[in-house]
Amino acid sequence: DDKEYVGFATLPNQVHRKSVKKGFDFTLMVAGESGLGKSTLVNSLFLTDMYRDRKLLSAEERITQTVEITKHVVDIEEKGIKLRLTIVDTPGFGDAVNNTECWKPVADYIDQQFEQYFRDESGLNRKNIQDNRVHCCLYFISPFGHGLRPLDVEFMRALHQRVNIVPILAKADTLTPSEVERKKSKIREEIEHYGIRIYQFPECDSDEDEDFKLQDQALKESIPFAVIGSNTVVEAKGRRVRGRLYPWGIVEVENPAHCDFVKLRTMLVKTHMQDLKDVTRETHYENYRAQCIQSMTRMVVKERNR
Amino acid sequence: MASSEVARQLQNDNCRPLSLSGHVGFDSLPDQLVNKSVNQGFCFNILCIGETGIGKSTLIDTLFNTSFDDRVSTHFQPNVRLRAQTYELQESNVRLKLTIVNTVGFGDQINKEDSYQPIVDYIDAQFEAYLQEELKIKRSLYNYHDTRIHVCLYFISPTGHSLKTLDLLTMKNLDSKVNIIPVIAKADTISKTELQKFKIKLMSELVSNGVQIYQFPTDDETISKINATMNGHLPFAVVGSMEEMKIGNKMVKARQYPWGIVQVENENHCDFVKLREMLICTNMEDLREQTHARHYELYRRCKLEEMGFRDTGPENKPVRVPLLKGYTDSKKSISHSHASVESLQETYEAKRHEFFGELQRKEEEMRQMFVQRVKEKEAILKEAERELQAKFEHLKRLHQEERMKLEEKRKLLEDDMIAFNKRKAATELLQAQAFASTPSVSLKKDKDRKNFM
Repeated sequence: DDKEYVGFATLPNQVHRKSVKKGFDFTLMVAGESGLGKSTLVNSLFLTDMYRDRKLLSAEERITQTVEITKHVVDIEEKGIKLRLTIVDTPGFGDAVNNTECWKPVADYIDQQFEQYFRDESGLNRKNIQDNRVHCCLYFISPFGHGLRPLDVEFMRALHQRVNIVPILAKADTLTPSEVERKKSKIREEIEHYGIRIYQFPECDSDEDEDFKLQDQALKESIPFAVIGSNTVVEAKGRRVRGRLYPWGIVEVENPAHCDFVKLRTMLVKTHMQDLKDVTRETHYENYRAQCIQSMTRMVVKERNR
Repeated sequence: MASSEVARQLQNDNCRPLSLSGHVGFDSLPDQLVNKSVNQGFCFNILCIGETGIGKSTLIDTLFNTSFDDRVSTHFQPNVRLRAQTYELQESNVRLKLTIVNTVGFGDQINKEDSYQPIVDYIDAQFEAYLQEELKIKRSLYNYHDTRIHVCLYFISPTGHSLKTLDLLTMKNLDSKVNIIPVIAKADTISKTELQKFKIKLMSELVSNGVQIYQFPTDDETISKINATMNGHLPFAVVGSMEEMKIGNKMVKARQYPWGIVQVENENHCDFVKLREMLICTNMEDLREQTHARHYELYRRCKLEEMGFRDTGPENKPVRVPLLKGYTDSKKSISHSHASVESLQETYEAKRHEFFGELQRKEEEMRQMFVQRVKEKEAILKEAERELQAKFEHLKRLHQEERMKLEEKRKLLEDDMIAFNKRKAATELLQAQAFASTPSVSLKKDKDRKNFM
């Protein structure tokens, strides 16, 4: 048996060790109108307070505001694993009276990161390439309407080939369970109808156990995730939980019967973070790169033919 | 009415109070008035402005405890429209003609710069219709179905932050035309502490931008206290629902969540009861009055000034007192109003003349232009005809010439043919003669000929 044993079964361990040493990074973009709970959700997801000193504009100031792109970078650590988390915000999106092409600064930002990476990758010294590409975009849909609005459709259509879009049904504590179901199916229908390509969960391997498959199926059928976020801890049934206190009851953010927060966190952080990065690198970035090269060659050919 | 107090002031100068020595009975006057109005029936028009899906229809259903209309709108309307529906309601012996006007497609477009315009136009159109009726010679104001908007419920989205830019823009354009009562819609998504902060922020934004919302009146002592308190609770945070749930031993309107049940009529849960109390039970009549005495009068004054009317008294000086219905008795006021009416009538006639003259002039101008154009066209056509004719002639001539040439050629050919035939005949003759002079040859030829024949 000794001659059967080579030793490369330890490769996964080696990969694990090296990756822990290198540390991980993840860039998450949040987009949607203001007042839908984006910042609160990010704080709840990563259990930190990223937006402590932010200043909200008044309605009058927002009439002529343009869309900005802001970045918050934090380093967090859990059980020895280091994660450098970048949150990209889009303040001003959808807030003005005239929102024509307000998605453009967002699309341009994503393209710029691709471009920068492309240039770095093609450079001579590739030791310290900074990867600022956006790995996932959480798009917040308002729960106060009947489903998608024209602006939502335009935004998602403009970005679905540049970034992984995960649609979120925001402030879900305004919806009863039956309303949640109805809205989710309406939104899924509309996403299909308008040809929007949101992030697809990879099919699980046939040799995975039944539990995992069921979980995976449940995950796929939860899109868009109906979420509730909270910056405060409240006392519910003797436990201290993150939640929202109402005169008629307490909403627990991490209670699966109350909302899909846990599902979202699991998907985003525990199970699919790596896949989100892979799809960004292998699909969205490669598309961008191919297009870039093609258009460059076209230009060169044109020059030559002149 | 403030204006009747002004009237009373004018009267006080030559009026003295008297005491009665018995019961006369005119204390029944308010009852007589009430009887009359109950017989006539009441009319109330509500305009609901808010994003699609924010809960306008549900709230109205809940307020009036009736399911009015089921239609769900789409988010993909190209522009904002208004939809009005009228219903006849009755409670004890009081009949109410309720008109509910909803915005359709508000807040859905990507460019919302013109979203408020259809609403402003609608409100103005109702004022205009009333004004037209009022200016008629034969009017039926007492049977007139008043469609003027008495109150505008503006539904604010419960973001918890502040007003949306569209809200600010819209309310600024409406606050001088209609009584605005802002409400926070779907308020069961805001916790108590957040709600306090949100209300304060909203009111301060409205104040700092000079938006005049409706204030519940505090001039009548019987209701001033409650109204003043309620003014401090604005904007009302409301929840609407037509679904009923059993709480204790009663069926109440509620929304059931996994974490609890929101009761619509529980004052701890939301301000629905306050809104119903203020809007319907206490101040409905004041809303109607304000619409007529303030907003409509402003519209009327602006419109008439636009048309060139001026208030002038008997000395041809501008008069401070505007023309109001319901003025009685005071001689001064009669003379003023009389003068105003006269000048109104005169100006109206003058304007009519002017417009008529203008109309005739324009008609004449059009006719001239028409005649001119016809002439020009005629000339062009004639020219074209002439050219065509000339071309035709030219072609004809060419054709003639060709024909003549051909004729000549034919003649030559014919002459040639004749000459040729003559020569042929002559040659044949010669040949025949040559035959006759050589017999032997000819015998053979004869034999051959015979054999041939």
